[in-house]
Amino acid sequence: MRNPQLNEKGELQHLLTIEGLPREVLTHILDTATSFVGVTAREVKKVPLLRGKSVFNLFFEASTRTRTTFEIAAKRLSADVINLNIAVSSSTKGETLLDTVDNLSAMHADMFVVRHAQSGAPHLIASHVASHLHVVNAGDGRHAHPTQGLLDLYTIRHFKKDFTRLSVAIVGDVLHSRVARSLIHALTIMGTPDIRVIGPMTLIPSGAEKLGVKVFYDLEQGLRDVDVVVMLRLQNERMRGALLPSAQEFFKYYGLTPEKLALAKPDAIVMHPGPLNRGVEIDSAVADGSHAVILSQVTFGIAVRMAVMSILAGN
Amino acid sequence: MQLKPQVTADTALVGIHTGGVWLAERLHAALGIALPLGVLDISFYRDDFDKTGLHPQIKPTQIPFEVDGRHIVLVDDVLYTGRTVRGAMNELFDYGRPASISLAVLIDRGGRELPVAAQYVGARLEVPQGHMLVLDRDEHGKLRLKLDA
Repeated sequence: MRNPQLNEKGELQHLLTIEGLPREVLTHILDTATSFVGVTAREVKKVPLLRGKSVFNLFFEASTRTRTTFEIAAKRLSADVINLNIAVSSSTKGETLLDTVDNLSAMHADMFVVRHAQSGAPHLIASHVASHLHVVNAGDGRHAHPTQGLLDLYTIRHFKKDFTRLSVAIVGDVLHSRVARSLIHALTIMGTPDIRVIGPMTLIPSGAEKLGVKVFYDLEQGLRDVDVVVMLRLQNERMRGALLPSAQEFFKYYGLTPEKLALAKPDAIVMHPGPLNRGVEIDSAVADGSHAVILSQVTFGIAVRMAVMSILAGN
Repeated sequence: MQLKPQVTADTALVGIHTGGVWLAERLHAALGIALPLGVLDISFYRDDFDKTGLHPQIKPTQIPFEVDGRHIVLVDDVLYTGRTVRGAMNELFDYGRPASISLAVLIDRGGRELPVAAQYVGARLEVPQGHMLVLDRDEHGKLRLKLDA
């Protein structure tokens, strides 16, 4: 069966997950993003690529940062952007997901950017819409957050150049993290030899090794000599039951402090998808320190989303 | 060379990817231009994006000088329909308001679809429609014209 994200010519039609994409597609997105970084740094931060196109941000789940960066990216491509907070709209009135999508398609949408608490919702929409429409997954449940994975990949490439000799540690609440899943797939496709996940047993999915990662339950062991540390946000809103004794105890064992970071390579970079929980997963001295590239991730994130949207719209 | 008498301290060269950049690099050195060389990739300004999509290999545009008030010479290998030059001018104006823009090309092959003219032309050639004429560079940096059917 064909990868549902690719059209009959093998080009990207939708971006639903990084899993299963060819390395060339990822490289093309990263290379294109490099050109958009230049655009976003100039006085006029706009190019006319998507002029006349309508991008609908469908957010069935609350998000400020991701929605905003998608909105900025679409506007810098000169698209018209319509934001729908469906968490507080139609679905509460009983309309089904596909009815909502059909209604918006009838308004001549060209692209849907979808965030949904249910894993697979963007796939469902992509398999339902007409073939000239494009769907970008902006995070679905615990499944995938491909543009975050791509911007993480872009950031790592920017600072570390060559994936084939890197050690990358992903730390914290891996269980609930679509960011972690997308990044693990992306790094694997790019040929990263050493990917580690570090966290308490209750927050590491069982069978994580099947993704090709090494599992560490001890932060100090796992951080030794890594080039990149990716801290994950502790997702309180997704916690069910007693997975953790307390945020303080989590910080004591898994919070990234300057002392623990010293175990990584001297030129290691520290990343975080945001929003930061200072004093829970990361110490302020690290978040604001010289190893942190967290704000670069935000800047690159816009360029990466511009690249994804323009590649999709052109295919 | 036709261009030389026109060069002032406010003259800047901007090459259009890819062939135009190779030529602009040579002109930049030959004319002793003080302002650093600019390079444009007009992929984000093309008028056929809806038909052809995004170019698979986009190079970053770099304009390492203030565009406002400058006399800019756009450099390209082959002038044909004029659509590339239209895109290049649009992109330049997103960096500022130049005092003037002129155009230098190695080959003018006719076939214009827009009111665009080059001020500096190396040679005029008749190339039948449907053929591609581009500048090519080998591993030794040697440039030559390539005609594809």
